[in-house]
Amino acid sequence: MNPESASMARMSYREACRQAIRDALHADPRSFVMGEDVGKYGGCYAVTKGLLEEFGAQRIIDVPLAENGFTGIGVGAAVAGLRPIVEIMTCNFSLLALDQIMNNAATLSHMSGGQFAVPLVIRMATGAGRQLAAQHSHSLEGWYAHIPGLKVLAPATVEDARYMLAAALADPNPVLIFEHIVLYNTEEDLDAAVHAVDIAHAKVRRAGRDLSLITYGNSLPKCLRAADRLASDGLDAEVIDLRVLRPLDMTTVMESVARTHRAVIVDEGWKSGSLSAEIAARLAEDALYELDAPVRRICSREVPVPYAMHLEEATLPSVDAIVAAARDLVKPR
Amino acid sequence: MTGKIHLDRSHLHEIYRQMQRIRRLEAKCVELYQMQKIRGFLHLYDGEESIAVGVMAALEPHDAVVATYREHGHALAHGVPMDTILAEMLGKVQGCCRGRGGSMHLFDGKRRFFGGNAIVGGGLPLAAGIAMADQRLRPGRVTACFFGEGAVGEGVFHETLNLAELWRLPVLFVCENNLYAMGVPLQDSEVETDIWRKARAYRMPAEQVDGMDPIQMQVAAERAVAHIRSGAGPYFLEARTYRFRAHSMFDTQAYRTRDEIDTWKSRDPIERLRTWMLANHQITLDEAEAIDAGVVDEIAAALAFAEAGTLEPLEDLERFALMDNVAQEVA
Repeated sequence: MNPESASMARMSYREACRQAIRDALHADPRSFVMGEDVGKYGGCYAVTKGLLEEFGAQRIIDVPLAENGFTGIGVGAAVAGLRPIVEIMTCNFSLLALDQIMNNAATLSHMSGGQFAVPLVIRMATGAGRQLAAQHSHSLEGWYAHIPGLKVLAPATVEDARYMLAAALADPNPVLIFEHIVLYNTEEDLDAAVHAVDIAHAKVRRAGRDLSLITYGNSLPKCLRAADRLASDGLDAEVIDLRVLRPLDMTTVMESVARTHRAVIVDEGWKSGSLSAEIAARLAEDALYELDAPVRRICSREVPVPYAMHLEEATLPSVDAIVAAARDLVKPR
Repeated sequence: MTGKIHLDRSHLHEIYRQMQRIRRLEAKCVELYQMQKIRGFLHLYDGEESIAVGVMAALEPHDAVVATYREHGHALAHGVPMDTILAEMLGKVQGCCRGRGGSMHLFDGKRRFFGGNAIVGGGLPLAAGIAMADQRLRPGRVTACFFGEGAVGEGVFHETLNLAELWRLPVLFVCENNLYAMGVPLQDSEVETDIWRKARAYRMPAEQVDGMDPIQMQVAAERAVAHIRSGAGPYFLEARTYRFRAHSMFDTQAYRTRDEIDTWKSRDPIERLRTWMLANHQITLDEAEAIDAGVVDEIAAALAFAEAGTLEPLEDLERFALMDNVAQEVA
């Protein structure tokens, strides 16, 4: 076994993102990375470290702080035949590019009657947990999941971080990938037999009979920890990783709820108008008679995410809160 | 370049014909709007025809064009068929966007006409991106990007100009300065009212042109296109112009005077070209009338096509929201 393949076995989420980009750049000369500090600095979260040296300045392009401008250039480049991978440093900054994402990337195909595909990938960091305060910590993927014309991905495992990008680049639609900042340091063993993942389905990450924990992103490890604790109470929780936030794979969610008859949705976004609200509404519409208890939601508290550690922790979904909600749900009434 | 172009009769006639196609099609659009056959927003190009016609005369068919919501003229001058434009405005599936876009969103992928952008300034980075792809995949091509002077208030105008010059992208920026952003006069919204100077601040070659004269527009555009095709980067033209009609069909024009409108109308580019050609024996009255009659016939045929068009079936409403399983042809 050579050192390269030995290191393949265990990999960090950050390294998986980096290897995914390397693969993409090797596989397709039309692909390139464009973003703030992706080149000489190596990426704000060090995802693109070393890639400028490996691929050169035509493929790894540093841009000025002009999110709407460079994202729009990505849209045009995609429409005209390139395969841009745009990096937006953090999803709070993506609001400066929202015009181009929504009014052009998401709209051009339908508005033109199907004349243009927009095979654009936008990666951005999302989420809280590093004490980065209110302008670098928000989870806005739920907003983007509102917009027809986009696909929205939330890799929560190293495997998805490693292989979702290739699927996103092969997709004819604009695909947004939300990488959770807390997950970058996560390490997992990669299954050497897996070389690709789909971007169409949710996945059961832990099978269980008593209730469904429905989640994505950095709330996935929290749900898995909660499930372990619930198991010691004799409660068998199923954990569903949504993976794809738009279009939602409700089939997998419904099948799980049809087995467990109880659902807790865990979403780091704010509760009001959130992705968790969407899933709860769809369960109410299509699976009400499967439910033996009300749907519960664990979301972030409705404040701009604060800096101080104890305040930030209190703002975000916690394992304790998930466990408490689950216990409450199965309590005899 | 010294600004020499082929000013032969047939070219002059073609310039005249293109401007008449735009002017008269839009006059028909006003009628159709009053009959409520065209709905929504309708922005007319009356008075500004020289710009699209002059610039397109300097482009090749494989060059790309990005325009605004006031884009009927650009679409026509770049070769988008009049019948599909009119069918689009009537909301028919035979329209150039199957009736999904309407007046403000005309697209024609085959002819590299990329809209039809109704977010002011929104087309600029799109054009720069198309140019970036051309620079890598189809060197030698130019993307012409049209926008009004209102766009210079947007941050993305400055972001795009900076990046286009930084990366030497093959973009021809054409600012159609008609002096009012909807109803706000330029001097009430900008400190620097010579728009071309803003491009110079990004070290981009830039000049101001008489946007009421198609020949001067073409001469300037050819100079610009030669610069761009040489690989030297983008070029900026500020075309001084005036729209004769209201901003849209809902505009009472309280912000400008009748006298001002009349003064500009006395410089009507179509009337001026016609009068000049007649006086200089570049066209006979019979020839001019034959061109006009041809345009009238083309409009009648386009209208018949549009009226005979059908509505997109409702079951196709969500088609193309995603492009999964749609065969791709890169524009």
